[in-house]
Amino acid sequence: MKVGIPSEVSANELRVAATPKTVKRLLKQGFEVQIQKGAGIKANFSDKEFEEAGAKIVNTAADIYGGSDIVLKVKEPTTEEVGMMKEGLVMLSYLWPAQNQDLLKKLADKKVNAIAMDAIPRISRAQKMDVLSSMANIAGYRAVIEGSYNFGRFLNGQITAAGKVEPAKVLVIGAGVAGLAAIGAANSLGAIVRAFDTRKEVAEQIESMGATFLTVEIEEDGATSSGYSKEMSKEFIEAEMKLFLEQAKEVDIVITTAQIPGRPAPKLWMDYHVAAMKPGSVIVDLAASTGGNCALTKNGEVYTTENGVVMVGKLSQLPSQASQLYGNNLCHLLDDMGKAEKWKIDMEDAVVSRAMVTYNGKINWPPAPLPVSPTAGGKPKVIPPTEAETKASNEAAAKKATTSMIVMLAVVGGLLFLVGKFAPSEFIQHFTVFVLAIFVGWQLITNVAHALHTPLMAVTNAISGIIVVGGLLQTTHDIKDPVTIIAVIAILIASINIVGGFFVTHRMLKMFKK
Amino acid sequence: MIEIAKEIQTAAYLFASILFILSLGGLASQESAKRGVVYGIVGMIVAIIATVLGQGVEGHIYIIAAIAVASLIGIMVARKVEMTSMPQLVAILHSFVGMAAVLVGFGSYLDPETQALTGASHMIHLVEVFIGIFIGAITFTGSIVAWGKLDGKIPSKPWAFKGLQMMNVILMIACTILGVLFCNAHGTEGMLPLLIMTGIASFIGIVLVMAIGGGDMPVVVSMLNSYSGWAASAAGFMLGNDLLIVTGALVGSSGAILSMHMCHAMNRSFFAVIFANATASSSQGGEKKAIEGEVTALNHEEVATLLKEAKSVVIVPGYGMAVAKAQYPIYDMVQTLRKAGKNVRFAIHPVAGRLPGHMNVLLAEANVPYDIVLEMDEINEDMPETDVVMVIGANDVVNPSAQDDPASSIYGMPVIEVWKAEKVIIMKRSMSAGYSGEDNPLFYKPNSEMLYGDAKASVEKLLSYLKS
Repeated sequence: MKVGIPSEVSANELRVAATPKTVKRLLKQGFEVQIQKGAGIKANFSDKEFEEAGAKIVNTAADIYGGSDIVLKVKEPTTEEVGMMKEGLVMLSYLWPAQNQDLLKKLADKKVNAIAMDAIPRISRAQKMDVLSSMANIAGYRAVIEGSYNFGRFLNGQITAAGKVEPAKVLVIGAGVAGLAAIGAANSLGAIVRAFDTRKEVAEQIESMGATFLTVEIEEDGATSSGYSKEMSKEFIEAEMKLFLEQAKEVDIVITTAQIPGRPAPKLWMDYHVAAMKPGSVIVDLAASTGGNCALTKNGEVYTTENGVVMVGKLSQLPSQASQLYGNNLCHLLDDMGKAEKWKIDMEDAVVSRAMVTYNGKINWPPAPLPVSPTAGGKPKVIPPTEAETKASNEAAAKKATTSMIVMLAVVGGLLFLVGKFAPSEFIQHFTVFVLAIFVGWQLITNVAHALHTPLMAVTNAISGIIVVGGLLQTTHDIKDPVTIIAVIAILIASINIVGGFFVTHRMLKMFKK
Repeated sequence: MIEIAKEIQTAAYLFASILFILSLGGLASQESAKRGVVYGIVGMIVAIIATVLGQGVEGHIYIIAAIAVASLIGIMVARKVEMTSMPQLVAILHSFVGMAAVLVGFGSYLDPETQALTGASHMIHLVEVFIGIFIGAITFTGSIVAWGKLDGKIPSKPWAFKGLQMMNVILMIACTILGVLFCNAHGTEGMLPLLIMTGIASFIGIVLVMAIGGGDMPVVVSMLNSYSGWAASAAGFMLGNDLLIVTGALVGSSGAILSMHMCHAMNRSFFAVIFANATASSSQGGEKKAIEGEVTALNHEEVATLLKEAKSVVIVPGYGMAVAKAQYPIYDMVQTLRKAGKNVRFAIHPVAGRLPGHMNVLLAEANVPYDIVLEMDEINEDMPETDVVMVIGANDVVNPSAQDDPASSIYGMPVIEVWKAEKVIIMKRSMSAGYSGEDNPLFYKPNSEMLYGDAKASVEKLLSYLKS
C-alpha cells in the first residue's frame, strides 16, 4: 500500500504530516512512502533527509493524491486538492467537520474515505492518536515561552547582590492539555502559578503540576461526561468574573486556553479585566484562532493596549516538533488499523467509526456521544468525613479502646488471682518471670528495624536453641538409658540450631553496608 | 569436673538472660546488630557452661560429642545456604526446636525425679509436660510443612476442605480429654495417652499449615517462630528453669509481634490468615471493577532513554526479582544511575518476599547500601515527585485495586502507590497474575509501560544501553 504526503498549500501552515523518523515507522509498518517535493521545507525537513529515510520524492500534488492509497495531511484540503483525489482514497487530516459540511459533501461525492484527526474520541485508548492533545501540549508550552518573551521581568525569583527579583505570577485559565502543559512549563521556569477551571476534578491534576487551584465559593461542578466543561449558571459566572478581576490586579501573565472544538471560544477575560492589569503584563490567548477568550484579542497579532498590556494573539507552531508528534499520532492510528499487511477499515471500532467522517460516499457526522474515561463507570465515590464526624469517630474509638483495656485488665487480674489461690509458690515465681519476660520481649521487638526482620528471625531461632539446657539436665552416664538417648538427641538437634542460627545471622548482618 | 553451686548457676543464668535481651535489643539498627550477635553467642556459651558444670549433670562425654557433631553440621549448612533459601532454612530450624522440646518433654516424664513429685506440684508438672509436648509437636510438623511449601516441594496452594475447622476443634477436644487421662495416671502409665496426643498434635500441625496459601507463608513462619519460643518456655516450667522460661518468652513474643506486623501490613486479621481456608478473603463482595485502558509496552532502548532523562528513580522489587537473581545487575544499574547524579531508591513493601525483611537481606547481599532502601510508608509520600518507577517482580504490592475496588480480594491492603509517579515501568515475564490471582489495573494505566522479559536479562540489557 502506498502512503502519500503532500505539501501544505496554506501559507500559514508550516507543518508537514511526516518526518524522516515517521517515514521509517511507516516503512516498518509495511507501507511504501512517497512525499511531494519540498513538503517538509517549512518544518526544516529536507527532501534529502526524507529520501535517506526511505521515501520516494515525487514532483506534484497530483502524483500524491492520484497515486497513493492513503494520504496523510495536516490542514483540511481545499476544493482544488479534493479535485485531485482518486476514488477510494483514505485521507487523514484535520477536518473540523462541524464547520466544514460543504467540504464533507465534496469528499463524500468523490468517494474519499476521510478521517478527521480532530474528531478522534478522547478516550484513554486513543490518547496516542489524539492530535488535539499533542498539539495542545505544544501550544501550552509555547504560550509560556512567548509570554515570557513579551514580559519585562524574570519568571523566577532570585536574591542577588543587586537586590531581590520578584518571581512572576502566572494565571492559567482552563486546565485541559494546553493549560496543564502551560502550568508545567511556567512552574519549571520558576514562576508562581495559579490555575482556574470550572471542573472540580482537575484540582488534583493542577496541584500535582505545582500550581494553586483557584476556585469560587459556589458549589457547582462544570465537568460533564464528555470531559469538556458545561455552561455554568449565572451566579457562577458572576463569581468567576469577580475572581478574575481580583487576579487581574495581581498577576503578570495570563494564559487562556478555553476552547471547544466546533464552537467559538468562550469570552472569559473582559476589557475591564485587561484595564485592571498592571502595565507590562502579558495576555497569551491560545483561543485566538476561534475568536479568543479575551475580548481584546486580535487573531494573528501581537500588540500592546493603551494601558501597556501586551496581547499575544499568535504563537509559533513549533513546526518541526509539531510535525514529529502529529506524524506519530498518524502512525499510531495506521498501526491500530492493521498496518499495511492487515489493513482494515473497521466501522465497529470506537475510534474509526467516529473519526471516519465520510465513508463509501456517505457523510458520517455527527457521531454518537462517547463518555470520556476515567469519569465513565462511576468510581465508588469516597466521601471524606467532615471534621465533626472525624472527631466523633476518634472519640468513639478511644472510648472503645479504654473499655476493652479495662475489661482485659479485669480478666487478667481475675486469672492471676486464681493462680495465686491454687498454685504452689514455685509455680508463681516462674510465672512471674514468664510474664515479665513477655513484656520485655514486646518492647524489645517493636524497636527492631523492619529491614532486620530476617536476621531477627534467625537470631531468635538460635536463641530458642536454649532448649538444649533441657537435654543437658537430663543426660546421665548410662548411654543405654532411654532418657539419656532422648536427651542426647535433643542436645544434638538444639545445638545445630544454635551454631547454625548464629552463623547465618552473622553472615546476613555482614552484608548490610551503607 | 568442677561443680558450681546452685546460686552461682542461677546468677550465671541471669547473666545469660541479660545478654540475650541485649542481643535482641541490638537489632534496632544495622550498626548495633553485629554487636548483638556477639552478645547472643556469649550468652549461649555462659548458659551452656553453667548448666554443664551444675550439680547433677552427668554424661559429659556424650554432651561434648553431641555438641561437636552438631556444630559441624550447623556451620556446614549455614555456610552453604543461599539467601533466597533463607525462609526454608528458618522453617526447618524451627522444626528442630519443636522436636527437641518434644524429646525433652518425654525425657522429663520418664525422669525418676518427676515420678517422685506429689500433689499439686506433680499435677502442675504433668500439665507442663503435656502442654510442652503439644506445642513442640505442632511446631515440629508445622515447620516441616512450611519448609516444604517454601521450597516448592509441597504445592503452595492452600489445601483445605469444608469440615476442616470442625475436625480441628474435635481433635483439640480429644487432646484435652487425653490430657485429663494423662494427668490422672500413675507412674508412667500415662505414656499411652501422651503418645496418642503427640500423634494428634503432629497431625494438627500438618493440617494447620497445609491449609494456608503460599502467599501467607511469611505470617506462618513468624507464627512458628513464636511457637518454638513458647515450647522452650513450657520446657522451662517443666524443669523449673528460669533461663528457659525467660528466653522462650522473648522468642515467643518476638515471633508473635512479627506475625501481627505482617497481618497488619496485609490488612487482614491474624486469625483470618491462620484459620481461614482458601475462600475467605477481605473482599466486600460485589462486581469487580472493569479495567479500562490498554496495556502498552516499551522496548529496552526506550526504557533506558527514560532512565537517562529521569532525575529521581524508585525501584520496587518483589520476590520475582530474587527468583531471577536479578539483584546483582540491578545494583550495577543503580550505581550507574547514581554516578550520573540521579536519586535512586528502593521501596520495600512489608510483605514482599517470603519472610519479613527478606527483600532487605537479598538487596544487602547484592551490596545495595541500606540507606537507600526505604519502607513503603516512607516512600509513598515521594511518589508524585518521582520521575520513573521500576517495578521488578512485584505485583500485588503495587495493585491500585487494593485502594479503589471494594470487590477485590486484596482490598484494604496497604500498597506502594507507584501510579502516582510520572512514569511506571513494569518488568514482567508475561501478563500472568500475582499471588492473589487478581488482575492488576496498574498495567492498564496511561502512565504505565510494560517491559517484557526475564528480570535478570532485561536489567542487563538496560545496563548496556545506559552505559553506551
